[in-house]
Amino acid sequence: MEKIEHRLRKFVIDNFLFGEPNGSLSDDDSFVEKGIIDSTGILELVAFLEKHFQIRVEDEELTPDNLDSVNKVAAYIRRKAGLAQG
Amino acid sequence: MIRMIRHRGPDDCGTYIHQQVGLAHARLSIIDLASGHQPMSNADQTLWIVFNGEIFNFLELRQQLEARGYRFSTRSDTEVILHLYEEHGEDCVHFMNGQWAFALWDARERKLFLSRDRLGVRPLFYTHTGRLFLFASEVKAIFAHPQVARRLDFHALDEVFTYWCTLPPRTIFKDILELPPGHSMSVKDGTVKVRRYWQLNFGGHGTPHALDPHREEELAAELRQLLIDATRLRLRADVPVGAYLSGGIDSTIVTALVKNFTETPLTTFSIVFDDPDYDESSFQLEAVRFLKTDHQMIRCTRDDIGKFLPEVIWHTEKPILRTAPVPLYLLSKLVRQHGYKVVLTGEGSDEIMGGYDIFKEAKIRRFWGARIDSSMRPRLLKRLYPYMRGLRGQSEDYLKAFFRVRPEDLLSPFFSHLPRWELTTRLKVFFSEDLKQELRGRSTYQDLEAQLPAGFSAWDKFNQAQYLETAYLLPGYILSSQGDRVAMAHAVEGRFPFLDHRIVDFAARLPANLKMKVLQEKYLLKRATGDLVPESVLRRPKQPYRAPEASSLFDAENHTFRQAYAAELVSRDALRKYGIFDPETVDRLVEKCLREPRLGVKDGMAVVGILTTQLIAEQFLEGFTGRVSDGKN
Repeated sequence: MEKIEHRLRKFVIDNFLFGEPNGSLSDDDSFVEKGIIDSTGILELVAFLEKHFQIRVEDEELTPDNLDSVNKVAAYIRRKAGLAQG
Repeated sequence: MIRMIRHRGPDDCGTYIHQQVGLAHARLSIIDLASGHQPMSNADQTLWIVFNGEIFNFLELRQQLEARGYRFSTRSDTEVILHLYEEHGEDCVHFMNGQWAFALWDARERKLFLSRDRLGVRPLFYTHTGRLFLFASEVKAIFAHPQVARRLDFHALDEVFTYWCTLPPRTIFKDILELPPGHSMSVKDGTVKVRRYWQLNFGGHGTPHALDPHREEELAAELRQLLIDATRLRLRADVPVGAYLSGGIDSTIVTALVKNFTETPLTTFSIVFDDPDYDESSFQLEAVRFLKTDHQMIRCTRDDIGKFLPEVIWHTEKPILRTAPVPLYLLSKLVRQHGYKVVLTGEGSDEIMGGYDIFKEAKIRRFWGARIDSSMRPRLLKRLYPYMRGLRGQSEDYLKAFFRVRPEDLLSPFFSHLPRWELTTRLKVFFSEDLKQELRGRSTYQDLEAQLPAGFSAWDKFNQAQYLETAYLLPGYILSSQGDRVAMAHAVEGRFPFLDHRIVDFAARLPANLKMKVLQEKYLLKRATGDLVPESVLRRPKQPYRAPEASSLFDAENHTFRQAYAAELVSRDALRKYGIFDPETVDRLVEKCLREPRLGVKDGMAVVGILTTQLIAEQFLEGFTGRVSDGKN
């Protein structure tokens, strides 16, 4: 199974960075601080998570703590899915 | 050359050619329809002028000149400039209240004198290569000359994809310059001299010139009188004058001033959108009912925007990142169809009187940045951009992340504008490798910093933000791409009471807290004129004029382009041909546009910016020669 981080990184690079080289995004980079994701982008990210990871993102979970870097999103998915590993 | 800009002046055409000098003029007849033919000379034919625009105080100037012994053979404002120049030389512009671009040939001095109005309402471009000096109101007229090369200026692209406009005198075309607002120039014996005659000075606060904030009531009364007079002067015409009515407070105030303080019967015009996110027709109709104007509306669809974008770019002559100029292009067509050549609008009020959300955003961010650990201060962020769907309902933590304040930003002269410019700068990811290489190591912020007026860093922070907006975006986008160019495309002249230089000077000397009191935008203006407009318009939340962006080009539900030309211009072949953008990167954006019905601000700006840059390349670099020979202009 493809690692969660890989799938997230691919989504962010394709969808928000439009193919900017891999090196330009580290797994700890803040999406907002680096100007990668804006307010509409958050909704796109949520739609992607709900569709591809079969989770439901509650309104109160829409916070930078959960969603603002590849690592944060991966940890959030694992918590939601109750998985120890991706 | 003149044939390329006949749309600006379809009523009359004239030329003057003598030895090495040639002047040509396409006239939109507004004052002195019978005898205002141009080029116009003085009595002994030693001065010849071509002039686009209006000198609104020409009657007062004429009286003064007649008292000094000057005799007039026409009733036009053009002749006033000639005699004013005879009296004061190049300083004549200091006496003029108006919007102008003119060139005056002084045969005795063998000197060409050119000038542009203080705020940059009227355009004036030029190029100087070897023994050739050419000027015109639009670049396409200069390009019609066979010796002029047509190339893009890559540094200008860098500027457009940062500031939404170029920094004057640079234009998007290499070696084509614009005379900056508030500047005059002379050309004599092959030497070109450009000099500033007026400085937009928001540094008055805190100096002996500052207005006393405790005289609030008197200042409101003074502003009201200035606005009445500025509007009265702008109704001077020998043709009927109309007004734009957007549904916002500024155009409603201008319309109300006409209704309440003049005898002018008034027709108003507005744009209606199908999409409720953009439509302001309910406020427009309230203003119409309240002010009892004869009102005309044009309905603008997404397909209209996509369809007319290429025509609009032919007129803007620069890439745009928003589609908002297109509906205004359709509106000027409606105005013209109703027999009007002149319209008053509320343009300039947000810049001068302190209305824009970017000012409010900067104020809140600075307030928060001063106590960054405060839990109360960032709650004000919820007051920002209520009309932006993506921001509504965001958690406070996310708002804090979006509007974060870095300590170093607080020291920047560009604090207010950094979020906008950094967002726009992200669009450069689509530039081709060659273009990125060309721009590597270059800082456009340094270019801008070098242009700032002396003492800028000591100005009030609110006034700094006002200056950046008024000196750059106002002439570089609002008054040009969204103003003169789309209005004159249909031979319609816009007039802007808020941009009367007396009002600009007054506002510059106002304490910032009278422009935005706490978070109430345009506080003094509302105090001065609030009784003239409907309560609902006065109290409504600020909504900037916007138009549908990517959705006017893409049908995401059916995964198709709405316009075939757009598909062609963002194809890999077309992108490779001009070499400005990277085909693979743009491909990913296009795929997203074809897939996602709602795109973020950045993606919307990217796709409009890329497409309109491609249109510029197609229309002005590649296909231009065909247009000249076909006479398609």
